[in-house]
Order: sequence, then C-alpha cells, then structure tokens
Amino acid sequence: MSQEFKFVEDLIKSHLGESEVFVEDMTGTKDHLEITVVSDVFKGKLLIEQHQLIMDALKEELKLRIHAVKLHTYTKEKFATLRG
Amino acid sequence: MSFNILNNQVQEVQTVDKSLGLKEQIESILNSSSVILFMKGNADMPQCGFSANSVAILKSTGVAFKTFNILNDMDIRQGLKEFSNWPTYPQIYVNQKLIGGNDILTEMYKSGELQEYLASNLK
Repeated sequence: MSQEFKFVEDLIKSHLGESEVFVEDMTGTKDHLEITVVSDVFKGKLLIEQHQLIMDALKEELKLRIHAVKLHTYTKEKFATLRG
Repeated sequence: MSFNILNNQVQEVQTVDKSLGLKEQIESILNSSSVILFMKGNADMPQCGFSANSVAILKSTGVAFKTFNILNDMDIRQGLKEFSNWPTYPQIYVNQKLIGGNDILTEMYKSGELQEYLASNLK
C-alpha cells in the first residue's frame, strides 16, 4: 500500500488490534477511500457493528482529510474463502 | 405465499404524535413494526435510488415492514441521525435495532445473512 494512506491503516490498527488494512483511492482525489479490513475482531458481529468499529476509528479524520468511505470487513476465515 | 400477505406487506407510518419529545416520537415509529425502513419517499414512490433499492430488497425477503418518509418530517430526519449515530438515509431497523443503510443491507442480502437474521429475529 502506498505510504500516503498509512495514517488510515495506523488509526484502524490502533483501534482494532491485529488486522490487515487495504486502502484504495477511489477518485484520485485522496479523500474518497475504499477500505478493506480483515480482522478476527469482527467474529460474531453484525455487519453494521463491524462498520461502526471502523467509522469510530476514523471519526476525526472523516471531519478532516477523508470525505467518504466504502467499507469491506471480513474475518480471516471469510477473507481466505474469497481469496480461495 | 398468499396474495393477502403480499398485498399487506408494506405499510407507511403516516403520522407521529407531535406532542411527544423527539426521542419518544422516534421510539413510537420504531415500535410500530418489527421492521422499519426510514427512507426518502415511500414504497410506491421512492425519491432516491438507494431508498428504492432497500424497498426492493425488503419486499423480496417477504417480511412485513413499514416505511417512514423522512422528507415529510425534518425533526425526525435530523433527530434520527443523532439517535442512531448514522449519517445517511435509508436506515433499516429490525426490532428497534439499526441493522444498516442500503450498502450494508445489499451486502447482507447477497450473502444470505439478511434472510438468516430476519428468520431468527422475527416471529
């Protein structure tokens, strides 16, 4: 991942603990981000609860550098089946 | 499935008791059905593509649900965003609990999670 979205990765990791974070710039303007997070923190949680964890982590940046996000959240097991 | 169920599947919450506080107004809407869709427009005439998509998904699950048109009520439109800590519409509630906006509803529907969730949470 490019270094310029490292702050996003760091914020999410510091809130969630062990996780993998992938960030894509959807529009080329660096403020509409597609974010994929893989973590076992999501186990047993509803999709909305998973998204709320990420939105909480990014709360302050959503008022500053980030305008909009599209989120994908997976447990490790689920992500492995997608990759399969 | 009988035609009767289909015909009565979607109803609209038309009025809210405005003598109540805002939180109580929201709760009275949430308590009026196990499944509530806060949307722009109504099921027959959605005023937004995302709202239209959510209506279509809920209809296809076969569950009975009610809609509330937030375009007709600025108090609810603003108040619910704070109540739920969710910034956009549509919003879908099952048993008074927010389960998502249109993106999440769509993803849950495609994965089968929505049908499972409705089956295990609705009587």
